[in-house]
Parts: sequence; C-alpha cells; structure tokens
Amino acid sequence: MPEIRLQNLRKDYGAVNVIENLNLEMADGEFTVLVGPSGCGKSTTLRMIAGLESVTGGEIMIGDRDVSQLEPKERDLAMVFQDYALYPHMNVAKNMSFALRLARMNKSDIETRVKEVAATLDLTAYLDRKPAELSGGQRQRVAMGRALVRDAGTFLFDEPLSNLDAKLRGQMRAELALMSQRIKKNMIYVTHDQVEAMTLGDKIVVMKFGEIMQAGTPEELYRSPANKFVAGFIGSPTMNFLNAELSDEDGVIMARGDGFAIPLPDSRKGALQAHKGRNIHLGIRPSGFAEGPGGLKMPVILSEYIGAQSVLISKLGEQQIAIEVNSVAPIRVGEEREFTVQGDEVHLFDPQTEAAL
Amino acid sequence: MSIASTNRMTPYLFLAPAGLVLAFALFYPICYMIYASFLDWNPSQRIGEADFVGLRNYFKLFGDPAFRESLGVTLKFAAVVVTVEMFLGVGLALLLDRNIRGMSVLRTLFILPMMIAPIVVGLMWRYMYHPTVGIFNKTLKSWGFDGVPWLSDGDWAFASVVIADVWQWTPFIFILSLAALQSLPQSAIEASKIDGATGWQQIIYIKLPLMLPVLIVTLLLRLIDSFKVLEVILVMTNGGPGLSTEILSLRINRTASEFRELGEAAAMSNLLLIVLLILTFTMFIYNKAQDARAARLRRVEEEA
Repeated sequence: MPEIRLQNLRKDYGAVNVIENLNLEMADGEFTVLVGPSGCGKSTTLRMIAGLESVTGGEIMIGDRDVSQLEPKERDLAMVFQDYALYPHMNVAKNMSFALRLARMNKSDIETRVKEVAATLDLTAYLDRKPAELSGGQRQRVAMGRALVRDAGTFLFDEPLSNLDAKLRGQMRAELALMSQRIKKNMIYVTHDQVEAMTLGDKIVVMKFGEIMQAGTPEELYRSPANKFVAGFIGSPTMNFLNAELSDEDGVIMARGDGFAIPLPDSRKGALQAHKGRNIHLGIRPSGFAEGPGGLKMPVILSEYIGAQSVLISKLGEQQIAIEVNSVAPIRVGEEREFTVQGDEVHLFDPQTEAAL
Repeated sequence: MSIASTNRMTPYLFLAPAGLVLAFALFYPICYMIYASFLDWNPSQRIGEADFVGLRNYFKLFGDPAFRESLGVTLKFAAVVVTVEMFLGVGLALLLDRNIRGMSVLRTLFILPMMIAPIVVGLMWRYMYHPTVGIFNKTLKSWGFDGVPWLSDGDWAFASVVIADVWQWTPFIFILSLAALQSLPQSAIEASKIDGATGWQQIIYIKLPLMLPVLIVTLLLRLIDSFKVLEVILVMTNGGPGLSTEILSLRINRTASEFRELGEAAAMSNLLLIVLLILTFTMFIYNKAQDARAARLRRVEEEA
C-alpha cells in the first residue's frame, strides 16, 4: 500500500475556483479524515482522488504514480457513498461481487470471498435480498461489504454515516474503527461531523473554503489548534471566544477583558511579548474551567444536564460562556458560581489573521 | 336526501359531464362498429336496411388471402419498425446523455420529426423517393450509381415506408429513454465506475437494467401506435405496389371506401381493436405488477 500525496491540487467549475493549491500527504495505512463545514471542498477533494471529478491542476500521487488523469478503475480504490449507491436491480451478493465479476475472478473464489465478508458484516442472511428490501443500516453494511470484498489499496468514504439515525451511527462508527484496525489500508474519510473525525481519524484535515486550515492528529488539533477556525470547529461543546488585551503586570502577562483578568503562564511570555498592549482573541474550552474559590464569579443562566456532565451557560461581562462541569451537586439557575481558568487552558489568537499566538 | 348520500353522490355528479362525452364519443361508435360488423352493409344503404349476417364477415376475413397478407404486412411492419426504433432511440439516448456544449440544441433537433404532421411526412418522403427528381436517386446518379426503385418495387417500398416511420418515430423512444437515463441514480453509476466497469459494462449491467421498466412501456406504446399507422403509407404508396405495403388500417380504409363493404371493414377494425386491446392490457398488467412490487418493497422497508 502506497502513500498518497496531493500536490498543488486545483479544481475550478467554470470560472468558479473551489480548491486552490491543495497540498496534503497521507502516510501508508493511515486513516485520514477530511472534515469541514459544507462547501469547504472536502467531498470535491475526495471525488478527485476517486477520479469521479476531473482535476483542473496539480497531481494526485498514489505511491510514485500520478493518477490524476486516470480512470477511476485504474486507481485501485474502493469507495462507500453517502447514499450507499447500491445497484437496485441486484441482490446483496451480486452487489458485493460486481467488481470481482468484472475483474473476471473465478466463480468459486468470488463466492468464498463474498461469504467471508458477508459473515463479518452480519449479512449472510440477506445475500438474496434486493437493496430495497433492506433497512438503512443493512444497506450501509452492504455498501461497506462491496468495498471490502475488493482488495483495493485505498478506501474512500464519502459521509457514509450521515443517513443513519444517531444510535445506528454510533454503532457503525465503532464497527468502522474496528475494521480500520483490522485491515491496515489507506483510508480517506469525508465528514462534516467533528465527533466522527475525532474518533476515527489517525489524522484529521480541517478544511474551509477549499483550503486546509490544519492537518494533524486528533490530539494536536484539540490541544493546539493552529487558528481560531480549527479551535471553534473541533471540540464539543465549542470553545468560548472572548476579546481581551494583553498587559504586563509585575512581570506576569495578564489577559484582561470585560469582567475578567487571567494570568498567562510564564512559558508563553517570550511569544507574547510582541503582542503586549494589543487586542487579541482569547479561547477557552468549556472544559477548561474549574470550579473553585478565587476565580471569576459568574451567574448560571441555563443548565443543560447531559449525564455525568452538565453544560452551564453563564455570562462574563456581556458575553455568554459555556462551562462544562461534573454533574455532582444540583445546579440552580440564577445562582452565582466561581470558576478558575488555568493559564495553559487559554488559547490566544491574532484578531486579524486568526492564527494562534 | 340525507347529507351523507348527497356527499356520496357529489363526485359522480362532477364526473357526469365527462362520462357523457365519453359515452357519446367513444362507446357509441365502438358499439356501432361492433354491430356493423355483423351486417352486410353497403354505403348506399341506411344501417337499418342492411341484412344481418351474423359472423359471416369474420369467417370471410380468415378465408381472404388479401386480408391475411395485409395482417402479415402489418405484423412485419410493426416488428421491424419497433425493433429498429428501439435500437436507434435507446442508442442515441445513451450517446447523447452527456453535458457537452450544444447538446440541448441537438436534442431539440432530434425530436423535430415527431412534431411534423404525418401527411406532411408522407409527402416529404414521397418527393425524396421520387424516381427521377427525388434527392436520393439524384444523388445516387450524380455518384454514378443506378437509381433505386424506392416506391415501385415491393421489397424496396416496404423498406422505404419503414425508413420513413423510423425517421419519424425514433425521437419518441429517444426522448423517453433520455428521460429515463437522466433519472437514474447517478451514484450507482459512479459506484460502477469505481468497481471497474467500462463504458459498455456500465450500459449493459447498470443503465439498461435500470431503464428496463421505462423501455418496456415505451416499446408497448410504440407497438400499439405502429399497428395503427395510416397517413404516411397512404400518401407514400397507398399500399402498393401490389399488397407489399398494405397495412391493416389501409386495408380497412380500402374495404370501406373502394370495395364498399362496410360490414367487412368493421369486422377488420374489430380484429385490430382486439390485438391493440391485448397489447394495452399487457402494458396495464405490467404497470400494475410494477406498482404492486413497489408497494411490497415499501412495506418491507417500513417494517424494517
């Protein structure tokens, strides 16, 4: 299995440019997730890799082969579509074996292979059924099975779980994660759901307006987002953003804003010197607050009980703040509570470029 | 009258005018024709003066070699034109189902022949087939070949009317096939590309099977229509030379107007009607079966 590299990839639809100069490397056997809001170009990128969409400029290298001008069938890949794209007139077995039959594989080999895959996906009982006679989850599994029976080098997934209900989605997500551990192949997965991205990906590529905002492991994206967009996109509930001004107070860098002053750790002093006296954007994840004395006093406006955790909506100055707390003691709306913020839970962003400081 | 029964009556009340028109314009002439087929009836007689002869007209038909030949020509004509038109129409649709510049103009051009009145089509082709001044023979002669007896030789005349019909009605199959093609699930076709299907394999294994329900209905519609064709052939050959292009509707026309045998013509019309009814019912039953299957699948889906 070769690595995949996108080099200076470009896509225009007529005069409209949707992807410009996209560069991305995916290591051998890596599970890469392309994630971003709708219209960010993630599906277009995947479809260009698949060969379903023509490439306006740049190269798609699979190993040392430039496949950007090849037919889909010459690229050695399998794909799972958002609407499953099953062949309505073929039963499950025929659907799964279509590629093998086209490749003129011998009949008994095809049968063994289909049965094998069907067994791992719990589809053995449905091999004779047409897609219309299956439930959504079963169709989804047939689509997976159709990709799996082929020993393709690369697997592409185009939002494969978005048509399922929440429970089934969770279940299929787990199955997918297990599958990707079992067969170590190149996998490229497109989703708009950051939870799916975080749980499945070895590497996550966050896209916006046809550009890569950041690529890295889930931890990297969560711990050190490269810009405000990634910070706001990754993590649930989403990060709180506040306006603040940096000042040096007796050798400690303080972020001061409407109703708060947070000391920043000394380790960041060097990097922040240049921004002293300037306005910046401050980001704190809801989980970055800890309840305790000597912190910021904030009233509880709303409490959303989720289970082990509760999300409190509170107010700091004029701005609404989400805070995640353990649901131990009952929380009354209207009461005032005290929260501290650790300096290393604070993310700082340049207000102009939105890049992390 | 109670409100409930008035309510029940309302829909029928609204349907009554249409029902009346239908009864007068459709059922009355059909019953008239069925009754006439049992009579020995000459156009100079009023219908009441004609003798009742029972099934004699029908028996006479089966013994009549001219009628049998005409029936044969009709069946041959229908089979040939529908086969050729299906191949050409579906083929063109598969060829033109793509987004390239000028395709919409081309598509409109292709369906033009269908919009021309059949009489005009007949006249047009008759002039083109003309042995001396027609464009075909003139072109052939300018290339140094002999002219072809387009309408004066039996086999050529049959081929000529087939060509004219194919020219006029291939567009019908083309537009229905194109509509079917464009409503196919795009992702299934894309999936087949990923699965390694070539253009031909996509057509044979995915597109044609998925288009099949539309193709069957199209075929039956065209078959019904081709049994009733009259004007084009009437203008081009009037059934000749000999009986080589005398399809049934032409034979009926001649029996009534030339041979003045209204009873026999009515009997022929009834036979044609029966053939068409069988075809129509086949289509109806096919549609019903499709609907029933769709309903069953929906139920399965809801239960799942």
